[in-house]
Amino acid sequence: MLAEILQSLPQVLVDGIALGAIYAVIALGYTMVYGILELINFAHGEIFMTGAFIGVAMLILMTGMGWLAAMPAILALILVLVVTSILTGFMGVGIERMAYRPLRNSPKLITLISAIGVSFLLQDLVRFITEYKRGNYILTGPSMFNEQFSIKFSSISSSFSDAFFKTSTMILIIAVVIMMIGLDFFVNKTKWGMAMRAVAQDRETASLMSINVNKVISLTFFIGSALGGATGVLFAVQYGTIDPYIGFILGLKAFTAAVLGGIGNIRGAMAGGLMLGILEMFAAANLQLLTGGIFGAEYKDVFAFAILIVVLIFKPEGLFGKAVTEKV
Amino acid sequence: MGIKRGLKVLAVSALSLGLLAGCNSSGGSEGSNGGGGSGKVIKIATQTPLSGGSATLGESIKLGAQLALEENKKKFEDLGYKLQLQPYDDQADPKKGVANAQLIGSDKSILGVVGHLNSGVSIPSSEVYEKYKVPMVSPANTATEVTDRGLKTVNRIVARDDFQGPAGADFAINKLGAKKIFVIQDKTAYGTGLADAFKEAAEEAGAEILGYEGITVGEKDFNGVLTQVLSKKPDLVFFGGLYTEGGQLIRQARDKGIKIPFMGGDGMDSSTLVEIAGDSVKDVYYTSVAADASKSTEGKDFSSKYKEKFNKNVESYSAYGYDSMSVLLKGLETAIEGSDGDLPAREKVAEEIRKIQDFQGVVTKVEFDDIGDNKFAKVYIYKFSEAKYPGVQEGEISK
Repeated sequence: MLAEILQSLPQVLVDGIALGAIYAVIALGYTMVYGILELINFAHGEIFMTGAFIGVAMLILMTGMGWLAAMPAILALILVLVVTSILTGFMGVGIERMAYRPLRNSPKLITLISAIGVSFLLQDLVRFITEYKRGNYILTGPSMFNEQFSIKFSSISSSFSDAFFKTSTMILIIAVVIMMIGLDFFVNKTKWGMAMRAVAQDRETASLMSINVNKVISLTFFIGSALGGATGVLFAVQYGTIDPYIGFILGLKAFTAAVLGGIGNIRGAMAGGLMLGILEMFAAANLQLLTGGIFGAEYKDVFAFAILIVVLIFKPEGLFGKAVTEKV
Repeated sequence: MGIKRGLKVLAVSALSLGLLAGCNSSGGSEGSNGGGGSGKVIKIATQTPLSGGSATLGESIKLGAQLALEENKKKFEDLGYKLQLQPYDDQADPKKGVANAQLIGSDKSILGVVGHLNSGVSIPSSEVYEKYKVPMVSPANTATEVTDRGLKTVNRIVARDDFQGPAGADFAINKLGAKKIFVIQDKTAYGTGLADAFKEAAEEAGAEILGYEGITVGEKDFNGVLTQVLSKKPDLVFFGGLYTEGGQLIRQARDKGIKIPFMGGDGMDSSTLVEIAGDSVKDVYYTSVAADASKSTEGKDFSSKYKEKFNKNVESYSAYGYDSMSVLLKGLETAIEGSDGDLPAREKVAEEIRKIQDFQGVVTKVEFDDIGDNKFAKVYIYKFSEAKYPGVQEGEISK
């Protein structure tokens, strides 16, 4: 049994890290907003989904005009990533301005309901537009970065088998790492980052220290949504096909990852996302072996969430959360 | 497909049935168009979606039925009756289907119905037909529940959903030579049912099932399950589920270097599958209850007749519309003969249709068993050998 698990381990790790990287960046969006407003922004999964649609629409448009063939694919992708993240960033700011700011002083539950409302609105808006334009709400983008690679784990030790992956997986992981390092640097080393941490610690005191709280909150939403939108594009390139409902399950899992890492903690969200992705992939590949065929791959979520519960029982503040700590 | 939807539909229709039944007991209209000098009029209704998303398919069934009716007109004139087609639009909506069924039931000159396209519409509507004893012959309904209720008036000429799995297994083992099979299903009623039926039949035929795994509808990453496939090295993967997950699964499998054939049910029979999977769709098989009419000489003749008359190309169910109508008229003819030329009662027509034997249609032979399933219904296997929809018919499996 152990030999078989070891055999498939390289592949599980590669797939798990790719999926976990996506969870991690979306989890960042949840955790940043929670850190600063103590609001669970349930619309974040939908911002990710909208980003995916904007990205694919741009790629399709560029293919139609022949631009995609004219420039290197990686340049086109960077262009799409930048434009999409700016658009979704402003969308996040707009949502905050319209749906959350007027409710900032009302009970937390009200804002939460407002967030759920925004999430449904976005879902159906995107579905409506796509269906109206294409006649079908399932959208398939042009296929890019499809070259296949394999890492020869078998040459290290014969107990491993090779891991297969696509160029897009590589790009996904690299892009996510860049985004995470960038964010970490921004929050910890810049003036604006310091302002964000201050607002997260105590909004009123921060405003007395001449910090423009509204601006900082807008900025937080901008960054979180921009990262979410960019991940959407990467997701669409990686998996090829998207529909307006991808944000729901992914958002839920990313939120879980944020809680696992300690909500409000940026590094925690990164670690939580990766951990959840790898756990899930490991369960899907090996659960049948581990339980002797009683539970199959369909119980992967049960497995992953059972571990989540165990972690939270012993460490209710999450893996990286400290009882009193700086948030964001 | 879609047992869940079927249930919803049933609930809705039960409600509307109650309502409509209430209205009708006081109304009870007479079919007064029967008069006139040139013999009595017999109407045959069609009920298919003529508007909305599936209008193309609905229209093609209606036109197929119309063609059969017109070809039989002469024969019935000799018997002293004037045949007329009465098309209804069910809008692929169970509520509309049931409302139309009430109209059909109360029009005494209608002696039969060809329809519907959707099982979800057919199931509640046929409850009404049963009440009024109007015989129905369905050209396209595959849900098991359509005939499993044992209604005397309900017949179908296509295969049942639960035959797709065994047919797929038969083809996979005997034609493709698969010995080690990996089964994946999507945990829905449709997907699990199909996969279970396939698995059972494949095991019986001597194949080894290397794994039986589930995926979640709505997710996009199936790499975990595919890693299992990769390490177990089967020679075929069977997927019980719909095209959205199917397309994604095939695509990711090919990315992982899994080059073996995939097989699925009619849930994979969609152009979107090709769109999602792209070139990966090569070497994917799916089962369908509809035959490719261009494969047989009768089918080709029918296609050219159809084209000439309506200036349209045949759709997958056109010929089934034609055959349904032919069967219905055949039963009607026997019933008229049985009653010495008098207008037969609807029950009588229904009985005669059920008794039909060895009827040779354009795409299928017809003989009903005691619940109205066609004994000669076949399941057809299609294959994608390039990224183009639909696939090419590769084989047919009969019971």
